[in-house]
Amino acid sequence: MLRYILKRILLMVPTLFVISVIAFIVIQLPPGDFLTSYINNRAAEGTLISNEEITNLRMQYGMDKPMINQYFIWIGSILKGDYGYSFLYRRPVSELIWERLVLTFVISLVTLLFTWVIAFPVGIFSAVKQYSLGDYVATAFGFLGLSIPNFLFALVLMVLAFQYFGLSLSGLFSPDYVEAPWSLAKVGNLLQHLWIPVIVLGLSGTAGMIRTMRANLLDELHKPYVTTARAKGQSKFKTLLRYPVRAALNPFVSTIGYTLPNLVSGSIIVSVVLSLPTTGPLLLASLMAQDMYLAGAYVLLLSSLTVVGTLVSDILLAWLDPRIRLSLRG
Amino acid sequence: MTAVSVPTPTAPRRGLPQGSQEKKTRVFVASQGTLIWWRFRKHKPALISAVVLILIYLVVLFAEFFAPFPQENYSVKYTYAPPQTLQIFLNGPNGLEFRPHVLGYKSVLNQESLKRVFTLDPEQVVPVQFFAQGEPYLLMGFIPATTHLLGPTAKEDPMYLLGADRLGRDVFSRMVYGTRISMTIGLVGVTISLLLGILLGGISGFFGGWVDIAIQRTIEFIISIPSIPLWLGLSAALPSDWSPIQVYFAITLILSLRGWTGLARVVRGRFLSLREEEFVMAAALDGSSELRLIFLHMLPSFMSHIIATVTLAIPEMILAETSLSFLGLGLRAPAVSWGVLLQEAQNVRSVVQAPWLLVPAVGVILAVLTFNFLGDGLRDAADPYSR
Repeated sequence: MLRYILKRILLMVPTLFVISVIAFIVIQLPPGDFLTSYINNRAAEGTLISNEEITNLRMQYGMDKPMINQYFIWIGSILKGDYGYSFLYRRPVSELIWERLVLTFVISLVTLLFTWVIAFPVGIFSAVKQYSLGDYVATAFGFLGLSIPNFLFALVLMVLAFQYFGLSLSGLFSPDYVEAPWSLAKVGNLLQHLWIPVIVLGLSGTAGMIRTMRANLLDELHKPYVTTARAKGQSKFKTLLRYPVRAALNPFVSTIGYTLPNLVSGSIIVSVVLSLPTTGPLLLASLMAQDMYLAGAYVLLLSSLTVVGTLVSDILLAWLDPRIRLSLRG
Repeated sequence: MTAVSVPTPTAPRRGLPQGSQEKKTRVFVASQGTLIWWRFRKHKPALISAVVLILIYLVVLFAEFFAPFPQENYSVKYTYAPPQTLQIFLNGPNGLEFRPHVLGYKSVLNQESLKRVFTLDPEQVVPVQFFAQGEPYLLMGFIPATTHLLGPTAKEDPMYLLGADRLGRDVFSRMVYGTRISMTIGLVGVTISLLLGILLGGISGFFGGWVDIAIQRTIEFIISIPSIPLWLGLSAALPSDWSPIQVYFAITLILSLRGWTGLARVVRGRFLSLREEEFVMAAALDGSSELRLIFLHMLPSFMSHIIATVTLAIPEMILAETSLSFLGLGLRAPAVSWGVLLQEAQNVRSVVQAPWLLVPAVGVILAVLTFNFLGDGLRDAADPYSR
């Protein structure tokens, strides 16, 4: 087991390297570079930059050197914890990203828990009471949830709230708290606003999970071991939770690695619509403005999160499922 | 990384004619295609979805005929005009008559907000007719025509069945044109993914060994890059002076860059299990070449699975294009897709003022839903010998 984990961690290194190269390429792709757009922006504001200053900036960011050197300068400083400077916001990137990354992560984690809390009982009910009215309702909900794009759902919720209650659903904090330092009251305020993005983001995931849970459990319910357990006099409820449900849970563990990064990635568009103070709006703005250091840091960190998530789920799965664990020994 | 496939629920043997001896014989001599069809037609939602999709693609093919007006027709007089309802009969002096019409607008300038407010005026009857003569167009790109399925009898009369947008353009016509791009972008993208997926998945599964390992590692790597930041990054990198056609193909390429991996995995899995089957070994012992083995013996036996997987992949592409265009990173005006149309609805205030701007979303939901049902039905029917 330990050897397996070590091997997986070692395999991560080349993956992360290639990801960093791709992040760098994606950011370099647009015609021109971030300095030209920076100079244009400044010119549009009426401040002209002298040629000398431009040359200095080029030197400072190594832009006079070939592409490969630029990459190593970039990745080298990131490894040292320096994410560079955002030209769009005129602040160091590390000041901009961490709070937003943490908020993104909190939203995604709460959404994941929300999805599970709703989907497991409903899925089990749907399978046990197959073809009942409740099952049909759950199935209909499942199909609708899968086919409504998240961002549209967010938009419709916002419009309804605005039209009928005069509420603005955007943001994660009340206006008083946006700039306030972190305190218990601010956390409470966050919790009051959190449910909207959680419901919006959780919709499709919940729908998909109900369907998977139902299908998995239906496969298990008719197996002989269930009949045996019942014949031995175990209660219906206990049998259900003890064996078939446990077996049906396996696929979920194996998808944790994908689910969490998918949520983070999916929350980008929703958070643009709801204007949440998470990574989404900033990533979009930085890509549009070719704010290279900011965009690069986001793409790199989000991708690394995916890789780590996958690793965690693989280890969890190996730990939970003896069949996989045993096959690793050979 | 372990991919766990989700099994479909077990159900009793469906779709096969049962009972009398004669019917059983029919089952035994039926071809695989017939068996698939028998099972597929029992899946009613899939059958209905297939019909709906055929209708949608007819609209795609003859968009100019179905849309009352060209997509760029605008009229500042009718900014944000609300939808009219089409009425077939008119209660005239001689009782009910067959006279299709819509009600004209009465516009009042709101003194406070200085905005024009439209109300439908029952006094004004705008006659409309089926197969009306309207703006000339080229049907399917080469047949000149002027007939539209529905249009106002007098060309300049207003007819906004789904309301007007901020420039007074007809939302219904634009949605019909948007169908063309939204519904084909999925097809083109999936075709590219399919070619790549069959080729690389097939190589991976058929040859095995280090080729297999290399391809599998690549797939795992591509999956580990989060899709949306990658799509956003690549689409933001498209030069802004590209023509809509270039952007269209670039977007499909970007979307299929990731799409092929899922298909490659399915193909590989199938190849791996089929390689061990007796009929493949028998053919190999008969001296069939590898190409003959792949294309004549193995491919036909999992084609139905591939079709089902492909069908389920199309809605994801449609959703992805819609999201990208909605954010302003996908297709750009003058190209019209459902996502481009929904961009108009990005601002909550304009949606509150004109809720019909959200109508293109109905198209997206309908397309995704029908493709999902169809894919489900096909997947169930794909293997008629199972169960």
